[in-house]
Amino acid sequence: MNTKFARFASLAVVSSGLATAGLPAAADAEHRAKALEIIKRDFQPRGQAGVDRLAEDGLQAICNRTGNNPPEYIAKRMEADQLATIKLPADGKLLGDWKEGEKIAQSGRGFTWTDNPGLPVGGNCYNCHQISPKELAFVTIGPSLYQYGKLRGNSSDIQKYTYNKIWNAKGFNMCSEMPRFGHVGALNEQQVRHLVALLLDPESPVNK
Amino acid sequence: MRIIIAFAAALAFGVSPQLTFAQAKPAKATSAQAQKKAAPAAQVVEEEPDEATKEFEKFRAQMEDSNPAELFEMKGEEIWKQKRGPKNVALAESCDLGQGVGVVKGAYVAMPRYFADADAVMDAERRIVWCMVDKQGFKFDDIAKKPFQGANDTSAPDITNLVTYVAAHSKDMKIAVPLDHPRVREIYEIGKEVVNYRAGPYDFSCNTCHGSDGKRIRMQNLPNISTGKGAIKGVQGWPGYRMTGGVMLTHQWRMNDCFRQQRFPAPKYASDVVTSLLTYMIGNSNGQTYRGPGIKR
Repeated sequence: MNTKFARFASLAVVSSGLATAGLPAAADAEHRAKALEIIKRDFQPRGQAGVDRLAEDGLQAICNRTGNNPPEYIAKRMEADQLATIKLPADGKLLGDWKEGEKIAQSGRGFTWTDNPGLPVGGNCYNCHQISPKELAFVTIGPSLYQYGKLRGNSSDIQKYTYNKIWNAKGFNMCSEMPRFGHVGALNEQQVRHLVALLLDPESPVNK
Repeated sequence: MRIIIAFAAALAFGVSPQLTFAQAKPAKATSAQAQKKAAPAAQVVEEEPDEATKEFEKFRAQMEDSNPAELFEMKGEEIWKQKRGPKNVALAESCDLGQGVGVVKGAYVAMPRYFADADAVMDAERRIVWCMVDKQGFKFDDIAKKPFQGANDTSAPDITNLVTYVAAHSKDMKIAVPLDHPRVREIYEIGKEVVNYRAGPYDFSCNTCHGSDGKRIRMQNLPNISTGKGAIKGVQGWPGYRMTGGVMLTHQWRMNDCFRQQRFPAPKYASDVVTSLLTYMIGNSNGQTYRGPGIKR
């Protein structure tokens, strides 16, 4: 009981300390409260995008309150929680077809109010990453993935890491800008396998 | 006619019309050509504009003399001066955009601002809508039903024309959002929180793309709206004639489309959340010169 309380108290101290030391925006509790009120009030559902999307989940809430810079020990726990939700494919196969992966990587469709919810969602990969040199992606949001497999090899550990990272990037970096594609149901097992192949298959243009 | 020419020109320049999250696949033909230059260029300074931006800037300069936005300005002027609505009043004789009743000169660059008669901070489009409702007697719900143009609809709604007319009368004037007013400052600070707010299926906030320098999606530069230099890029050219589809669109529309790409639901029309974003972004552009209604890809 006492330890529990002490832990909670130290969490409160650390996070409030960080909030003031982090982005100026994160320190501004009063304006944040008003912003939340306005966000709750000023949106309406459209297409597949319901107002439920406006609510922060636990991870988003911590990232939002700490300027995407949570205390290390909280980040470690949250990352472990996120990783624990990943179920690897039952048959153990993590490598799909890189050609299919390339198509998924190129597509940015899905989840907007103009997208047909019945159609498969794309990986959006080229929006943020350079991947195959054949596809134009003059981008700087995420790191270049060109030569990804050539640099890392194709061991089962690397396959697993790559699969997990695409499935839920927040398992490795709590406030990463990368969406949790598998976790939120954007991409399924088969699609993630194809993306793993795009990055790791020696025949993929990524590794040529 | 001009509209068709402009759209054809856009295609001829190989400006990909769909460089968005939702439709991110650029045309194959341009992709192969540009790749040759892009590969080594990826190493150089981030400030260097990409090929598409350079081409587009050239095209924009050529278009300056016959800006298609002028057609919409003319239409807007007509509507501004016409007696309309259930109350049969002209906006020109009833609507105060912050510079006095009927005054359009310099009004656009000084909004969002606080309006005591409405007890609210309003951006230009919202203020015009407020005048149409309060002065002319139009019903807000009717206006909010279909505020923006549909795809390939070349006849802009009245409000788009009105906003374009008002904006044109701030051409080459300095942006001066009155941030020292406490109510404006408050909504600015709220806007700063809104751009920071991550939620939705992809955990995106405005800042995911627009919160730091040197970011690019596909080939398109992403302005950092927290800086003056970046914010002005999000302000310049709106309302804008969009060559993709040949439509005239307002700054409010652009904010809507940001939320769409963020995978958020739709903001209610002329609501505080949009005003807060506009106050933040336009406020951060204070002191810089607005070039008037423009042309967009």
